[in-house]
Amino acid sequence: MNGESGTEAWTHFPHLGDVGVRGYGRDLDEAFENAARAMSAVVAPLELIRVERVIPVTCRAADPSILLLDWLNAIIYTMATEGMLFHDFRVRIDGETLRGEMEGEKVDRERHEPSVELKGATLTELAVEQQPDGRWCAQCVVDV
Amino acid sequence: MDLSQFEKVAPYQWMLPATGEMRVPAVIIADEALMADMDEKVAQQIRNVTCLPGIVRAAYAMPDAHWGYGFPIGGVAAFDPDEGGVVSAGGVGFDISCGVRLMATDLTAAQVMGQQQELAHELSRTIPAGVGSRGRIHLDDEGMDAMLSGGAAWAVSEGYGDGEDLARIEEQGRMAGATPELVSAKAKRRQRDEMGTLGSGNHYLEVQEVAQIFDKEAAEAYGLSKGQAVVMIHCGSRGLGHQIGTEYLREMALAAPGHGITLPDRELACAPIASELGQRYLGVMRAGINCAFANRQILTHLARGVLEQFFPGVQAPLLYDVSHNTCKEEMHDIDGRERRLFVHRKGATRAFGPGMGHMPPPLSAVGQPVLIGGSMGTESWVLAGDERSEAAALSSACHGAGRAMSRHQAAKTWTGSGIQQDLAAKGIIIKSPSRRGIAEEAPGAYKDVTRVVQVAEKAGLARRVARLRPMICIKG
Repeated sequence: MNGESGTEAWTHFPHLGDVGVRGYGRDLDEAFENAARAMSAVVAPLELIRVERVIPVTCRAADPSILLLDWLNAIIYTMATEGMLFHDFRVRIDGETLRGEMEGEKVDRERHEPSVELKGATLTELAVEQQPDGRWCAQCVVDV
Repeated sequence: MDLSQFEKVAPYQWMLPATGEMRVPAVIIADEALMADMDEKVAQQIRNVTCLPGIVRAAYAMPDAHWGYGFPIGGVAAFDPDEGGVVSAGGVGFDISCGVRLMATDLTAAQVMGQQQELAHELSRTIPAGVGSRGRIHLDDEGMDAMLSGGAAWAVSEGYGDGEDLARIEEQGRMAGATPELVSAKAKRRQRDEMGTLGSGNHYLEVQEVAQIFDKEAAEAYGLSKGQAVVMIHCGSRGLGHQIGTEYLREMALAAPGHGITLPDRELACAPIASELGQRYLGVMRAGINCAFANRQILTHLARGVLEQFFPGVQAPLLYDVSHNTCKEEMHDIDGRERRLFVHRKGATRAFGPGMGHMPPPLSAVGQPVLIGGSMGTESWVLAGDERSEAAALSSACHGAGRAMSRHQAAKTWTGSGIQQDLAAKGIIIKSPSRRGIAEEAPGAYKDVTRVVQVAEKAGLARRVARLRPMICIKG
């Protein structure tokens, strides 16, 4: 997985019916960006997705894990309603407010061969935690 | 799964006695082999379900149960509104009223095989499937509300299918008590371009052959005979249901403490049936059920149109349509007393025995059709609800094979084109826009459905009526 200097930035963890997405980062912002990359990669390889459009989004929640849930679900909603796939993400969290950007393009079924649509980010395995090494981890299971 | 934690209370029933926070026992219906293969998470999740307020008799896991979110997939639980019972958005899931329907055509499998390639091609062109597909029907606000209120009955009134179809759908194709006006604008927006679409993942439209009959009387009542061609559709309420699930899971999880509910797992997000939130969810969830009914009805109409092109005058009446992600208000006999309960079936099929429910006479006499969708390229099954299913599992049965391997592992193990070639050698054509999607749905990633239905029969959930073999599979 793409990562900063030898460390893993995002990964998928197994869930029998669905798929777990996990992002790491030096701060919460980066961990949320990487969780979004992990989720986007469930649908299609990120390297196949071009950046032709940037879509902003704002989410608010007091609980950081609910904020992650809202962020991922905002991405899923935009993918579904705009017919988009996303290559990359930008996140800035300020207190209870997340301001994010999703960078991607319209689905091209031949070029992207998207494998599965995302139904929703779930509360299963939902966690936003700082690890002993100081890095942040943001994760949950996504229903597909 | 560690079997030592269970008491084997019947040949196919494994019980976790109610201890600690558990309000009732948990019961898994399986044989030793299925139990041994089952994920430990199933025991943990079904135990968690027993801790919810107002649960009645027991929480059940079906023979195809696997690790879900909140409820296990294959989980059944009923709640009494008069005893503080809850309705759980997590217990219904994101794909509200995902289900299976079967059309019993008057074609033979040989006729289909004679034009298999051409028919598969035309179906794949006509049935919108996969990520990025769009339906041909785009509803305005008024049309959306009419659809969410009318379900398949709305679809028929719009020219999709026949009035006779409605008697062969649960709730006669229209779920009463839907509140379209309470469905969010986002949920309706998400559905705007998705009417009459199949979706992706394990959803499919298949043309199948009736390969084997097990119960002649029931098969006759269902209009099935060996060598007949049938069409099976597996899909749900599309983006609308997904968005309702997303919104209410969050709201119920955050509201639980205010309702005095301690959730053993946040994914079991729920609210008292009697609460404003519980009632609001029930109304929009029922609108989601109508969306699924309407969606499958439109797909049925599209499939019939394709069949008509190849076989003019063909008849393809609906055998039955049954959902496996729902919460339904039902009467059940609990310790000799009829009680009004809200039965959650998450990846589980209602399985009314003979005489139960509101089914047309030919079906009622032998029991409700229980449609078990296979995984891509593997067999599907038609079962008949067993009268013993009421006592065994609140009139419920399994819904499919259940996954045995994660999508990630499947994609590492197989390739889409390899799977397509393997199945082609067996006379099965797979059409999908995504090779990776095919790999993730590889037949080997699922449990042996034959064993699952054998156990369902032996456990008294549903009797085997017919085995179906795929010929054409259209996937997202």
